[in-house]
Amino acid sequence: MSKLTYETEVEVKNPEGVHMRPAMLFVDLANTFASDITVSNGDISIDAKSIMQMTMLAATHGTRLKIHAEGPDAQEAVKSLGALVDNRFIINGDSATVSGKEG
Amino acid sequence: MEIRKGISVSPGIAIAKPLVIDSKDYRIPRRSIVASQCAKEIQRLRKAFSKAISELEEIGSSKSIQESKIGDIFAVHMRFLKDRSFRKRITDFISRDLVTAEYAVSTILREIASHFSGIDDPYISERAADIYDIEKRLLTHLLGKKHEEMGHLREEVVVLASDLTPTQTASFNKSFVKGFATEKGGRTSHTAIVARSLGIPAVVALGDMSSEIPPECVVIVDGNRGVVIVDPDANTLKQYDIYAKQMSEFVHELGRLRELPAETRDGIHVQILGNIEFPEEAEQIINNGGEGIGLYRTEFLYLYGGQEPTEEEHYDAYAEAIRAVGDKPVVIRTMDLGADKLPHSGWHINETNPVLGLRSIRYCLQDLSLFKTQLRAILRASVLGDVRVMFPLITNLQELRQAKMILRDVMEDLDEYAIPYNVDMPVGIMIETPSSALTAPLLANESSFFSIGTNDLIQYTLAVDRANEHVSTLYSAAEPAVLHLIRNVIQDSHKAGIGLSICGEVASDPEFIMLLLGLGVRTLSLASPMIPEVKKVIRSVTMEECNKLARSVLTMDSVRQVKNFLRDAAMRILPETF
Repeated sequence: MSKLTYETEVEVKNPEGVHMRPAMLFVDLANTFASDITVSNGDISIDAKSIMQMTMLAATHGTRLKIHAEGPDAQEAVKSLGALVDNRFIINGDSATVSGKEG
Repeated sequence: MEIRKGISVSPGIAIAKPLVIDSKDYRIPRRSIVASQCAKEIQRLRKAFSKAISELEEIGSSKSIQESKIGDIFAVHMRFLKDRSFRKRITDFISRDLVTAEYAVSTILREIASHFSGIDDPYISERAADIYDIEKRLLTHLLGKKHEEMGHLREEVVVLASDLTPTQTASFNKSFVKGFATEKGGRTSHTAIVARSLGIPAVVALGDMSSEIPPECVVIVDGNRGVVIVDPDANTLKQYDIYAKQMSEFVHELGRLRELPAETRDGIHVQILGNIEFPEEAEQIINNGGEGIGLYRTEFLYLYGGQEPTEEEHYDAYAEAIRAVGDKPVVIRTMDLGADKLPHSGWHINETNPVLGLRSIRYCLQDLSLFKTQLRAILRASVLGDVRVMFPLITNLQELRQAKMILRDVMEDLDEYAIPYNVDMPVGIMIETPSSALTAPLLANESSFFSIGTNDLIQYTLAVDRANEHVSTLYSAAEPAVLHLIRNVIQDSHKAGIGLSICGEVASDPEFIMLLLGLGVRTLSLASPMIPEVKKVIRSVTMEECNKLARSVLTMDSVRQVKNFLRDAAMRILPETF
């Protein structure tokens, strides 16, 4: 069986960057997948399942992150994690607003 | 005896022995081990982790933590403790460098913390504090010390500390802690939040409590006046015993006083409103006899939760307060923080003088998305009751016009989505700078009301930072310059026929009440515990006395003269209160 590898690149759009709470949401989501997942900011590449590494990446607003996954559910992992970053770390039903932020 | 003035963040009087929380860092000496001890050290480390995890589970399961926003903080700490690569970094260090578990913990966590503090982003750099908290938690288990003895208190204490971490405040045995006094912190610090939720007095920002605190002494925390007295002399202690008793008598009297109107003896009604920080406080205002909320500070929304508050978070906080007061007025003040205090602002400016910098309405006018989110929520909440909006730190008419224009933009947005709001919601401003006080007639033409924020007005008029001990004695509301500005603003508002209230600390100072009434003030907004006392003052005086007193005060030329005169007058009219 060949290894499945997927990759995507996203930009951190929320103004406060990937600080503690977003990092926690990201890591929690990453841990729901069996695949090995890494995140890279161009300089270093870290384990997406470790909150220590994720927070130390210190991805501020505007940072481009490469999410790379290898394993049985790699495609799904890359898709959901990318969407989380793209969606400014707002999880459905969590802080999503009824009427939107900017009308 | 040592008297220190700070910021009162939770009302009440506590008199008890001090519990000084050692804020000094644990210093862990480097101790080498032989290779054969490695497994044992790693085993100790594993134990410390599992104890720390179960401790966090316990803290996290308490209802008060879940409801407060600090729950998120502990959730992050938990992720760290469960992070395998984090633990591996420590165990690797133990086996590679042959050191004790505590030394490894201390070294690695400090490495991580300094990595955070080195990042030029205020939000991330502040996270170093979380890492130190995790370090402390692990070390207490490794060193076998029980968590700050605080869970094991046997007698009543007031807690004195540099600042309290979430862990410390959560681990208190609540029934023995009677008050908090901290060197650092502000209105929205953890200490403030926890003290309020426990209903115990707290004073923060006391500055360096340099002198040694004798362990057997008594400490008074006066959360009504923002004062902490260490080792009081017999006389002071007696006075405070009496004051504390009076306070509890007031509580009994409250029921009676609550039903009575805030009216002078000659029948002039004075509206007493409350200042609040958190929505839960709205109910206390009403219970204490307040007629609404004259100042709803909204900064807490920006300081907790780690992200810019969503429109729904704003809305929920407003709706809760509005529902608690029914059809009574609620004046919501828009964000009043400096860019330097906004963790998620994305502004990396180094201001040499932040008090005169990008803050408050100035910041809002530059970050329209943040400002509009708040205004949208206020407008949506405006249909739930008598809601009014107030802009802080206005210094000229252009700022007011710009802010109102943005408000209209948001109204149009809401129209598009057919979301209901009160088209005629009153829009007022804080008068807290000399420039706004001096141009009050112009501003009055385009405002529905003024609220004089005396704390800032004094600071900006006298050019004195009252937290700076070298000049703080120059800070006084009794300074003739301040009194004349206040008098002018009151007269200008009367001429323009708009509402006027006073919401600074003088509004709750019994000695100043007569003067304020004499100057023409008919609405006061103050912290809820002071409402009964202020009502009592109002009910004991006549407007004629107040007018006469104000006329005399305006002819005086020094702080000392004004203060003595006000005190004498108060003693004469209300000997029992003073």
